[in-house]
Amino acid sequence: MTLSKEQVARYSRQLLVPEFGVAGQERLLASSVLIIGAGGLGCPAALYLAAAGVGTLGILDRDTVALSNLHRQILHTTESVGQPKSRSAQARLTALNPELTIQAHQESLAAAHVRERFASYDVILDGSDNFPTRYLVNDGCVLLGKPLVHGGVVHWKGQVMTVRPGESACFRCVFPEPPEPGAIPSCQEAGVVGTAAGIIGTVMAHEAMKLLAGCGEPLVNRLLVLDGAASRFREVPVRRDPGCAVCGDYPTIRELIDQEIWCGQAEPQEAPWHASK
Amino acid sequence: MAITVRIPTPLQRLTNGQGEVPCEGKTVTELLADLDRRYPGVKERIFDQSGKLRRFVNVFVNEEDIRFLQGDQTAVKDGDEVSIIPAIAGGT
Repeated sequence: MTLSKEQVARYSRQLLVPEFGVAGQERLLASSVLIIGAGGLGCPAALYLAAAGVGTLGILDRDTVALSNLHRQILHTTESVGQPKSRSAQARLTALNPELTIQAHQESLAAAHVRERFASYDVILDGSDNFPTRYLVNDGCVLLGKPLVHGGVVHWKGQVMTVRPGESACFRCVFPEPPEPGAIPSCQEAGVVGTAAGIIGTVMAHEAMKLLAGCGEPLVNRLLVLDGAASRFREVPVRRDPGCAVCGDYPTIRELIDQEIWCGQAEPQEAPWHASK
Repeated sequence: MAITVRIPTPLQRLTNGQGEVPCEGKTVTELLADLDRRYPGVKERIFDQSGKLRRFVNVFVNEEDIRFLQGDQTAVKDGDEVSIIPAIAGGT
């Protein structure tokens, strides 16, 4: 692949970065990322990845744009309220960088089509909003050997980690099982600071860029933790668990199974993380 | 001097909104028992009824996962920092 004159102009400021350069740019243009969730994390991540010239971006989301999304979901505009999120994202990203292929997947992720959906992408970026999807994405990436960038955000806090299946800790190595339904406030009921989502989503895009361009040091075996209220990052070392149910030495999860998605659907229960008592 | 325990957002309602609280003890078990005396209800949210760490939460002593140290018997001393870090679902 040879960069066109227009591409050299568009990407000139990152072509100048020694570790990145023309080789990094050519790799980005030939690569693909599937973004799960066009929300608070997926929006900033998608904007940066499109701007940087990742050749193919897939945007998977089942929802439509709501007014309450707009304080953090910066791909969407007031005019796009009511539209499918994947289509709103596709239009905005195409306007930003028309030379890319933007695939809109207006659907929820189901176990039956994880394999087909993930197959054509180089890196999976998880910005979903519920535990069943997060564990499904992690397990799918491990079983298919796809690099995963995981990010989560709630209130002022966030977490990011990169998973190289079979080599580094996966999400399940760190958090072996999801909490019981209703145990942790998530999605609608929790609340989130838009800029905290922006920080975490941008770190996720940054990780995907490095994986694709083949430069830098990935955030593997480290969980990056943001305390946005104090503007403080910390990192804790994590490691692959030989007893992990999906990536361990004797895995018990060998196929993907749907779990009920309870985000915003479960009745509040008296559960460990409800602090009402 | 005491041991600093970092409280995750969902549990800060039990600690009067504080993100860090000083506690005392010689092991993680003692430390969290002290935390629970000061702010009742915290411990049962971190450990299940059989006393095992819940599967979606980790405890780190000076940034090392206690599952890879001596679990809840991991020794702690004045000046240490202990973080309770749960999985986060939110993203959109």
